[in-house]
Amino acid sequence: MCGAKAGGPELAGVDVASETIIQGSLTRDGEPVSGYVRLLDGGGEFTAEVPTSATGQFRFFAAPGTWTLRALVPGSTVDRTVVAQRGSAADVAIAV
Amino acid sequence: MSRSDVLVDADWVQAHIDDPKVVIVEVDEDTSAYEKNHITNAVRIDWKRDLQDPVRRDFVDQAGFEKLLSGKGIANDDTVVLYGGNNNWFAAYAYWYFKLYGHRDVRLLDGGRKKWELDSRDLVEAVPTRAETQYTAQAQDTSIRAFRDDAVKAIGSLNLVDVRSPDEFSGKLLAPAHLPQEQSQRPGHIPTARNIPWSKSANDDGTFRSDDELKEIYETAGVDLSKDTVAYCRIGERSAHTWFVLHELLGQQNVKNYDGSWTEYGSLVGVPIELGAN
Repeated sequence: MCGAKAGGPELAGVDVASETIIQGSLTRDGEPVSGYVRLLDGGGEFTAEVPTSATGQFRFFAAPGTWTLRALVPGSTVDRTVVAQRGSAADVAIAV
Repeated sequence: MSRSDVLVDADWVQAHIDDPKVVIVEVDEDTSAYEKNHITNAVRIDWKRDLQDPVRRDFVDQAGFEKLLSGKGIANDDTVVLYGGNNNWFAAYAYWYFKLYGHRDVRLLDGGRKKWELDSRDLVEAVPTRAETQYTAQAQDTSIRAFRDDAVKAIGSLNLVDVRSPDEFSGKLLAPAHLPQEQSQRPGHIPTARNIPWSKSANDDGTFRSDDELKEIYETAGVDLSKDTVAYCRIGERSAHTWFVLHELLGQQNVKNYDGSWTEYGSLVGVPIELGAN
């Protein structure tokens, strides 16, 4: 990743102050991995899903609160809990 | 109509990948996904550029749809198999759109692009060439399309099924959480709508649940399937997925998709809106 910050994509051009951002990256053995990330709400209900970028990164625009990230990659599913707040991006690194 | 008439699995697609009378079509929310790679011999339809009027908020007209399909090399007697990312949201939208213009044999690839990828099946960069056809479309079948007045009239009388996530339904979010929150003027939902998120009808890998499971989901949520139903979401793509479940898989003939959906309803002046969960 050439010294890039572990976690989500760059925030240039994103209105961070008014959004509640959850973002991060998927890695396997330290290398970015292609897959999908689902965002589940506090009740475990699907809210959104995105494919990861070529560098394994993802981003959601959510609302303040506790969420679950579910990473789906060939042969594996991993859940992570994240607390999001408005005005700062929650960065989550997920190893699968 | 049986499930296999409208839904095919990856093995079926693999077996028909070189069949000249089967046209595999990728329709993605991310319209650039096709350029990265796609199923062998698949052509692309861009839901923004190809399916929307370039000026007004509406679909391309009948002549426009004929021109589009002719240019893609799709004939009236071809079997069209649609698939896409994001759990087939926009593939289901295209399916409903093809039915709106009367295409006879359309099917969805169960699980779409995601399941194909999670199963590590082959994807290629090569773009196929198909000879142009002379496609003839039918006039729009408005028995499957609801407009804003239909949505307002449905309040308190028909089934209104809001298929967005609970947080969009309650008014906490204005749009799906992978998009910036800048859509309709007002959050909330149409009064008397039941919130049955589209995702309840799909497994994690994007495949549809069984008919029995699907029926139970709607009956448990208090939807009287003998009554007419209007499904909506934000712009009509997720509700096309639910329309597919109700109309094509469960065989309910009295179901309409309201493609104006919340981005239209939530910006109308003077219509009633409810906030909060069911």
